[in-house]
Amino acid sequence: MDILVQQVLNGLVLGSVYALVALGYTMVYGILQLINFAHGEVLMMGAMVSLSVISTLQFLFPGCPGPLLLIAALVVSIPSCMAIAALMERLAYRPLRSAPRLAPLITAIGLSIILQTLAMIIWSPNPRVFPDLLPTAPVMVGGAFLAPKQLLILVSAAVLMALLMLLVNRTALGRAMRAVSESPRMAILMGIDPNRVVALAFMLGAALAAVAGLLVGMNYNIAHFTMGFLLGLKAFTAAVLGGIGNLPGAVLGGLMLGVIESLGAGYIGDLTGGFLGSHYQDIFSFVVLIGVLILKPSGLLGERVADRA
Amino acid sequence: MKRNAQLGLLLTGLALFLLPFAAGLLGDAWIRILAFSLLYMMLALGLNIVVGYAGLLDMGYVAFYAVGAYSYALLASPHLTDHFPVLAQAFPAGLHLSAWIAIPLAAGLAALFGVLLGFPVLRLRGDYLAIVTLGFGEIIRIFLNNLNAPLNITNGPQGLARIDPVRLGPISFAEPLSVLGVVIPSAQLYYTLFLLLTLLVMLISIRLEHSRIGRAWMAIREDEIAAKAMGINTRNMKLLAFALGASFGGVSGAMFAAFQGFVSPESFVLSESVVIVAMVVLGGMGHVQGVALGALLLYAIPEGLRYVARPLQLELFGAEWIAPEALRMLLFGLSLVLIMLLRPRGLWAPTRGGSA
Repeated sequence: MDILVQQVLNGLVLGSVYALVALGYTMVYGILQLINFAHGEVLMMGAMVSLSVISTLQFLFPGCPGPLLLIAALVVSIPSCMAIAALMERLAYRPLRSAPRLAPLITAIGLSIILQTLAMIIWSPNPRVFPDLLPTAPVMVGGAFLAPKQLLILVSAAVLMALLMLLVNRTALGRAMRAVSESPRMAILMGIDPNRVVALAFMLGAALAAVAGLLVGMNYNIAHFTMGFLLGLKAFTAAVLGGIGNLPGAVLGGLMLGVIESLGAGYIGDLTGGFLGSHYQDIFSFVVLIGVLILKPSGLLGERVADRA
Repeated sequence: MKRNAQLGLLLTGLALFLLPFAAGLLGDAWIRILAFSLLYMMLALGLNIVVGYAGLLDMGYVAFYAVGAYSYALLASPHLTDHFPVLAQAFPAGLHLSAWIAIPLAAGLAALFGVLLGFPVLRLRGDYLAIVTLGFGEIIRIFLNNLNAPLNITNGPQGLARIDPVRLGPISFAEPLSVLGVVIPSAQLYYTLFLLLTLLVMLISIRLEHSRIGRAWMAIREDEIAAKAMGINTRNMKLLAFALGASFGGVSGAMFAAFQGFVSPESFVLSESVVIVAMVVLGGMGHVQGVALGALLLYAIPEGLRYVARPLQLELFGAEWIAPEALRMLLFGLSLVLIMLLRPRGLWAPTRGGSA
């Protein structure tokens, strides 16, 4: 029983990171119907920039308290990621709005390779150790243990998601975003500049990815130039699972995927009589994805149909 | 005029067969690069059937390459007989199937996987299809990586070694062949075989493009509902595209296994799929010559850079600023972005036949 609670909690921690990243995918997809394949790399850049800020500060001011370092890292990494995303959108996506559908996909792949290589040159090809900034003694939560950093992940992800919902549902910018995703032409007639809205959606997603990057780095104590790819892929899976283009769907999909992965990795050995082991963890997200798309192609909360070019 | 064209074609063909002699002067490594670019050309042409003709974005194409490579490797290496006593009894001399049987088997198995993938995704289009096929590719790779216990089928991350080379009568392609005093290195023998296969794949592609099947694929690509209304069996046509594309991938995979003598899951990572898709889109979807050009550019140039980058930097700056591998990837990414921005329909797009 306790193991079950533990696995679910671990899954929720993992899932809230997926959810943060999935929101970035789904926001852009909802407006442009474009898979921003380079979104995972933005997360990686966020983690790397955060790591650099933290190690510089630790070098300059030894004994600086952990939470302060975290805030400092975010103060630098969020604007950097937003700048990267804005630049990407302006240079590689906007000129291709009316091009064949595959063209932006290829530029996205190109961007992803460029960002990875740049990170490899700047931060060395070897994995970097992410220092522990919070106390490591686990806390008891509902019959299971959570490290303080895991608690931080849960809480900060929840707060950020709530803020995003407020922004999208209650502010003028959010209304503009929804209008553009409904019909860019009508939005123009209502005095909305779609280019501005699209750029802002990219930047919002990047800000969330920057936070997610820091959280992932903290959680696994490691940062690497390839860390964004698989994470981005799984987050995209989460977005599709929840119904792409749908914000609550992305959150639900992320959390579900996290829990499924965690439970799957924990129990697959028993279920298959030891034939398959926990190293099949990465398979679950894809199996779930394929299953959902076959049974309910529009995702759990999505209203759009998949049968669209 | 017609005569000149034929003569031109003949000369080009002859030049292609003689090319490795020139490349060999620079070093055997260059012959290998040429051989590998042909392998990628075959892969890109196979994917072109799925993506270019039928308009189904398959991002997990490397899975079929892997299936082909592993089926050849298993059929033509001692691995299976080493690990399964039952098989060892049945084949006391080892399971060394001739390449000429193993290659069609690999192609058939890959085609079967193509249909297996095709069935569940028949209803999906566009981005959803892309992401599901991508997941399929990863699943295959994860299985290859982990199927070494409890039954050792793929030997896990260590991969399969001691794979037999292709043999033609008494000639083994793994050893240099000496004909009338001219020594032809092993890589060149494979190059010649790959060249013949690539030409065959090109011929099949072009003939398909102008056939009833090709027209049906393109109709599906342009508008699936309209295609259905015209009486095209879209289900069978899509499955056929998946199966044919996959079988080309399977042949390339088998050739890869024979050429390398070794396969491991590392060769079939997702980024390989991505590169193959990039070759097709960059060259010009649905255009055989364009796709071949795309494959050549995206494989040979970055590979060549590996040998040129270091001396060139030493010459220009007096020091190595960027590692060749990093420079290669940087230029690769940059060229993908730039070419798409400047020519969104591909470098050598088809002149007729509408948009994709």
